[in-house]
Amino acid sequence: MALVDRLAKSLDGAPVLLTSVDALIDWSLGHSLWAMPMGTACCAMELIAASFSKFDFDRHGTFPRPDPRHVDVMVMAGTITRKMQPAIKRLYEQMPDPKFVVAMGNCAISGGIFFYDSYSVVRGVDEFLPVDVYIAGCPPRPESLQDGVLQLRELLATRSIDPAKRYPKELLLPTPSDERRGEAKPAEGEDGEPA
Amino acid sequence: MKIEELREHLCERHPDLCPLFSLEFGDGILVVDAEKLHDAASDLCDLGFDLLGWCTAVDRGTFFEMVYRLRSRTMQVGMFLKCQVPRESPSIASLTDLWPAANWHEREVYDLFGITFEGHPDLRRMFLPDDWPGHPLRKDYADDRMIRRPDYF
Repeated sequence: MALVDRLAKSLDGAPVLLTSVDALIDWSLGHSLWAMPMGTACCAMELIAASFSKFDFDRHGTFPRPDPRHVDVMVMAGTITRKMQPAIKRLYEQMPDPKFVVAMGNCAISGGIFFYDSYSVVRGVDEFLPVDVYIAGCPPRPESLQDGVLQLRELLATRSIDPAKRYPKELLLPTPSDERRGEAKPAEGEDGEPA
Repeated sequence: MKIEELREHLCERHPDLCPLFSLEFGDGILVVDAEKLHDAASDLCDLGFDLLGWCTAVDRGTFFEMVYRLRSRTMQVGMFLKCQVPRESPSIASLTDLWPAANWHEREVYDLFGITFEGHPDLRRMFLPDDWPGHPLRKDYADDRMIRRPDYF
């Protein structure tokens, strides 16, 4: 990827070449999305079922690898506790670029049934990682998971290898802990800086 | 052995424990005072209850309730041992000397409810970090990160 990044920078006036390389890379990446099954709770059962013969994830080119250095997408399936959070973040950092995160199930989206009155549960994986696809359900069926992978493939098709255009603008949605999420804007001081 | 036979056996061997024994949902329940917990547990241990499955605590608001699940492999019968712990000074005798399995379970109860076990060999926190403030399974526990459940749920 680094070579292509350099190429994209130096060949600013060669969009035809870049679109072709874009299409090739997106096609190859989208059809061999190796997944890391980050199963921390009961959603992992559906994730395992999706991998086996009845649902056969492999026909989408997606199959589980236990090593973060081999994978493209982390499927975050299950409740994230405060104790597990640093380990998940570390595994994410070990994944090679380009890397994607799928939040599977209500716990990985928002904390789910542990949203209220919990001293130990992190309210969603997007509190500390950038999430590309959310799959709702408690737990989601394997079909939903496959739909999520197909959605991720669609997202890949809109993506460019140019670092400046790595994500299309409309997909840069704010995460729950993002300060852009609140309606209230920060008060501006007299010099134009946020107070 | 049926639970009725166990009751007769218990009343024969330990008449002082007999009135505290009740049957609920087909299981024997023995409710004792906190001071007499260790004596009663020792008697049950002699009677043949050689296995402590688990022990836990329940926050009843004004007091804590300790629950011990005992089982006898020779008699093939199980029962519950319960006692109330005052909330102001939550302290109770440790049963580690009778059943070594109580060691980690009592550490867990100490971690999450703050009940002190006298005579425990190694009373440290089990799951939470050592510098964690408070005991989170108490009903009145709160910290900055928690979101309170609204009343309409």
